[in-house]
Amino acid sequence: MWEEYIFADTVETALELLARHEGRAQIIAGGTDLFLQNQRGQCAATVVVDITRIPGLGSIVEEDGYIRIGALATHAQIAASPLIREKAAVLAMACSRVGGPQTRNAGTLVGNVVNAQPAADGATALFALDAELQVATADGTRWEPIGRLYRGVGKSAVDPRREMVTAVRFRPLSTGWGSGYQRLARRKALTLPILVAAASLGLEEAEIRAARIAVGPVAPTPFRASDAEEFLVGKAPSDDVFAQAGQLAAAKAQPRESVLRGSTEYRRAMVAVLVRRALAQALDGCQGRR
Amino acid sequence: MQTLSMHVNGSPITLEVEPDASLADVLREQLGLTGTKIACGEGECGACTVLLDGVAVTSCITPAMKAAGRHVQTIEGLGDQREMDVIQQSFADAFASQCGYCTPGFIMATKALLAENPHPTREEIMQGVSGNLCRCTGYYQIVDAIALAAKRLSKEERG
Repeated sequence: MWEEYIFADTVETALELLARHEGRAQIIAGGTDLFLQNQRGQCAATVVVDITRIPGLGSIVEEDGYIRIGALATHAQIAASPLIREKAAVLAMACSRVGGPQTRNAGTLVGNVVNAQPAADGATALFALDAELQVATADGTRWEPIGRLYRGVGKSAVDPRREMVTAVRFRPLSTGWGSGYQRLARRKALTLPILVAAASLGLEEAEIRAARIAVGPVAPTPFRASDAEEFLVGKAPSDDVFAQAGQLAAAKAQPRESVLRGSTEYRRAMVAVLVRRALAQALDGCQGRR
Repeated sequence: MQTLSMHVNGSPITLEVEPDASLADVLREQLGLTGTKIACGEGECGACTVLLDGVAVTSCITPAMKAAGRHVQTIEGLGDQREMDVIQQSFADAFASQCGYCTPGFIMATKALLAENPHPTREEIMQGVSGNLCRCTGYYQIVDAIALAAKRLSKEERG
């Protein structure tokens, strides 16, 4: 139960507040997940440190060869950003599919990662962009590849009682690159996905030079289909090659039997379909068709 | 308890709130603004939609403290039975309400939508209120009402 709600005005203040409360304080950003966790008695913190009023922490910029998104950027802002739509389409598509407009107005992309759910749209797209996150602690800041921040369902390596993520960055998808995002859900809005697949492809002289495929939720953490990625490199893109990559991704996926999301068999079959479609969509992007 | 100062429907207000109270609870229980409805209580249905500095949020999962120093607009800030605002009147004229429980949320979502996009297509309207659920109408009249409101507002603008 929260006994105190505090606004931090700088990252340093936020970290100091966490340190001063020795594990009893926790960071809150959009709060769309944390508020409910607290109501359900799943939040041990008694002090919450709101970071949404720290100036400059919500910017979306391209600098030093990276696209850098501040921790306060919401799903709505990212989905609407011309820079993200042009140079990281997979992320714009993913952010536009989270919840409904109200959730996207409040919830942040970084919060989506720190909450560490395997069904997270934005985080899955970040896996397909090989993103890194900047973690600020009392001892300084460090960049961590996104894959290292997941410890299990709902378990992040980032401890919001000690440290905070200040930004996410990744290389822009430049000429010759494209990306795709596919989501299977019962409705078009306000629902968690049955499956999501995110892909980015780098093409040079009609040959695949790089491929990144992320799928969720088919494992305790977002899942990179590395077999399928390796298979694609060096091949000429075609429907057949993409279908084979889909099969390889499906073979390694471990979707759980779920009343809400469908049977293991169904969802594994759908992994193949979604990966194939995400790759075809990515190829359109490589060839400048979107 | 913590002190919260904010503007609600244009008026400054200061009150003591629980640090973990939702904005919806403060509006309804402490300020008597029961036009904001709570249905799911989990940010999944949009019935509790209010505007925070003009941005639509689900007030049932918004910590009340997030409104500190901000402007909150609720359905009571639009019009009343004697003088409804254009969106409210359009919902009435288009029969966009049955049980009415979701209506304030739809109207506030519409307010945000039309402020950002005064001439939405039908598809854009459906996207704009995709965070709001209605279990009665089947949505067609609601989309009609929003289109009607957009038309009336643009006429008003042109004078």
